[in-house]
Amino acid sequence: MATDKINLTIDDTQVAGKVGMTVLEVARENGIYIPTLCYHRQLTPYGGCRMCIVEIEKMRGLPPSCTTPATEGMVVKTNTPQLQDFRRGVLEFILTEHPHVCLICDRRQRCKPFDICLRSASVTERCVLCPENGHCELQEVSDYVGIKEIKLPYTYKREEVYRNDPFFDRDYNLCILCGRCVRMCQEVRGAAAIAFIQRGSRTVVGTAFGHPLQESGCQFCGACVDACPVGALAERARKWAGEPDREVVTTCPYCGVGCQLKVELKGDRIIEVLPHEENETNRGQVCVKGRFGIQEFVYHQDRLKTPLIRRDGQFVEASWDEALDLIASRLGNYSKDEVAVIASAKCTNEDNYVAQKFGRAVLGTNNIDHCARL
Amino acid sequence: MTNSIHDIGESACILAIGTNTNEAHPVISLEVLRSLRQKGGKLIVVNPREIGLVRHATLWVRPRPGTDVPLLLGMAKVIVDDGLLDKTFISERCENFEEFETTLKDIDLPTVSEITGVPVDRMIEAARMYATSKPAAILYTMGITQHSHGTDNVMAIANLAMLTGNIGKPGSGVNPLRGQNNVQGACDMGGLPDVFSGYQQVGNEAARQKMEAAWGIQLNPVRGLTLTEIFDAAHRKDIKAIYLIGENPVLTDPDSNHVQQALEHLDFLVVQDIFLTETAKLADVVLPSTSSVERDGTFTNTERRVQRVRKAIEPIGDSRPDWLITCQIAQRMGGKGFDFSHPSEIMDEIARVTPSYGGISFARLEKIGLQWPCPTPEHPGTAILHTQVFTRGKGKFTPVLYRPPAEVPDKEYPLVLTTGRRLFQYHSGTMSRKVKGLNLIVKEGTVEINPVDAAALGIVHGDNVRVTSRRGEVTAKASVTEVSQRGVVFMDIHFAESAANVLTNAALDPVAKIPEFKVCAVKVEKNH
Repeated sequence: MATDKINLTIDDTQVAGKVGMTVLEVARENGIYIPTLCYHRQLTPYGGCRMCIVEIEKMRGLPPSCTTPATEGMVVKTNTPQLQDFRRGVLEFILTEHPHVCLICDRRQRCKPFDICLRSASVTERCVLCPENGHCELQEVSDYVGIKEIKLPYTYKREEVYRNDPFFDRDYNLCILCGRCVRMCQEVRGAAAIAFIQRGSRTVVGTAFGHPLQESGCQFCGACVDACPVGALAERARKWAGEPDREVVTTCPYCGVGCQLKVELKGDRIIEVLPHEENETNRGQVCVKGRFGIQEFVYHQDRLKTPLIRRDGQFVEASWDEALDLIASRLGNYSKDEVAVIASAKCTNEDNYVAQKFGRAVLGTNNIDHCARL
Repeated sequence: MTNSIHDIGESACILAIGTNTNEAHPVISLEVLRSLRQKGGKLIVVNPREIGLVRHATLWVRPRPGTDVPLLLGMAKVIVDDGLLDKTFISERCENFEEFETTLKDIDLPTVSEITGVPVDRMIEAARMYATSKPAAILYTMGITQHSHGTDNVMAIANLAMLTGNIGKPGSGVNPLRGQNNVQGACDMGGLPDVFSGYQQVGNEAARQKMEAAWGIQLNPVRGLTLTEIFDAAHRKDIKAIYLIGENPVLTDPDSNHVQQALEHLDFLVVQDIFLTETAKLADVVLPSTSSVERDGTFTNTERRVQRVRKAIEPIGDSRPDWLITCQIAQRMGGKGFDFSHPSEIMDEIARVTPSYGGISFARLEKIGLQWPCPTPEHPGTAILHTQVFTRGKGKFTPVLYRPPAEVPDKEYPLVLTTGRRLFQYHSGTMSRKVKGLNLIVKEGTVEINPVDAAALGIVHGDNVRVTSRRGEVTAKASVTEVSQRGVVFMDIHFAESAANVLTNAALDPVAKIPEFKVCAVKVEKNH
């Protein structure tokens, strides 16, 4: 059987890939950076932003690596002066409509948190007012390409900022029209709640007839927010929470799919819950409840915090010892046919195992069930 | 599920019956889309309601609620008559086919069409599509099981899959999608009246002796009561005390008033939960437990995959994880073998006494979840069940007959009520109703009613309506929509203010003891 392994040379390095992979995928897999904006690993290649162009020997022009299949013996260059010039040209066009003080401000290296901006930028366009500042893909790409100044005239788009939808804000003044949100919504989620509306230079992402998201078929899964490379889409609750300092992978507590989630923490506080990508269950996708529905109930003021014992019809706070002693003495008074244990489809395997063991081994009853049928 | 979640995307044909996948299992519906878009697969949606998936369907079959058995029998007849059956699979892997085939002879498609409301040609098209596009997977949920004939429905589905050889292969299978994060695990762990962990029967001498040896105590050989039976017994005051962990039966069980009374009749009720739920309010002692992000453990998902739950933050207030609370009560009552210091030790005991979990340990789960059966520490887990033989040996065709739902519409209660979930809320709302954004999107329960029925009753969209069944009445806003077919109204189960289960019928399936949530008779009136 023929092997499906192929060998390429990228930037003078021998690398291996598999038949069916694109040049970009082979490069990424081998740790070689090629700048991209419209590319997203969960979406079909789009070839729109032209940042990922490469030079390939015996091939005309500058093919985009995201749509070019890798073949045996290819010799690829990803970072030549010609490529960088070309990228810089395209990027400058993108930046004529994207606030870019964050890229070219002379104080960029010097400003510390809480420094007051020294009027080098208009109030609405300051770097600190972009929720993605510091982890923006456009900044990353611009730094790689080397943008020092924008020679072309710049216009602020004056698009409406949508702050009334549940969970996330949409500021299309920061949008670079990469289409990742639109394609994610159509291709992966099948909701097609958003699309490019208007044409030409007025193109913008929006809903049919400008309806609110809630009336547009939006499922609020947040996949668009996660796909957005810039600050156009941002989860409202975590917008200014800063960078997480650790991450815990766990399983979603809602339905039976068992999506793997990344719980992002700052100190001991959950600031965000994101879909986990490297798993067999949900592969980087999640629904509205897992994405946005966890922190609020976890930290809700109505959470039970101490044991409660009913005395004269009223609940009274009690210590654990008091409550557990009371339960142990009361439950001990009934025969095995007078008691029942109701376990839980919400609790862990370990909780349930212990619960049925308690019922069977201590209370002596098999009256054990849970809501499996409901 | 016989197969895996990612496997669904590999199907050539998906028969989604009695499942509102895109609302109840949103991420699984993405696999359905993947099959359609990347594999050119076909999608047959069988649902009385025009659910979101219908938009993507190749074929939509719209039966009346509670008529799945005749529909599935009709499809089986078409497959047999057209010779589309997998003869090799049937002869090598199955038994009792002849008896099943005989019962199909009496099936008459026009009669089936009359019962189900599905046109004959559509039934034929669905049967041919399912039988000729291979591999084909069946997805189902509570729309199939929550009937007084739920077991028959499942048998009819299994017959269809065996008939076409769609078992034990990638992209095929019979895939019930489990509704709760760990309902699969709670069953696997023996949270059931008749089995220990791993479905080892309490009545089986060998199984019981094994558990007695492991636990060092004599065990009761008599199977216990199911949930609905427990509440009946409590109502009669035969059951006097209940120790309840993390459930809210006042909202989730059929005939809520009856459940509430049963709990009030109890002498002693302990409830462990993260919030003071409708059920906890009736308790004598309420214990605060931790949410899943405050504890370590495992959940088993719908594809039998055991996955880690990891503690991200410290317990809120003075709350404790459920396993610890139960162990502390057990130890106070003199129970032996409850001195676990970490859930991983509990999993080690589970692995020792449960064959299907024999190879599972926290160390192995660190990187990726494992699908049971996973009997040994070297076993990679099982992605697809029944690849060589069925669990019982041969797959048995079980003849089934149509039985109408326990309660059918009449003059006084002329409409059928069916219930279900919505994307933006979850079950009894204990968690989801605490989330502002979700409540902004779906803030109250509604009664979905067809425009024709609504017009006849003088109801317009947004009206306050009263829905009455033989068991109780609730009020909610009307949502006039063609999502509901004529004669059928739909309510969600999330809201205590319009609790659909005040209305539902506690008629049980004789085998599975599952209540008939999906069909009961009601009347709807405008609330003045």
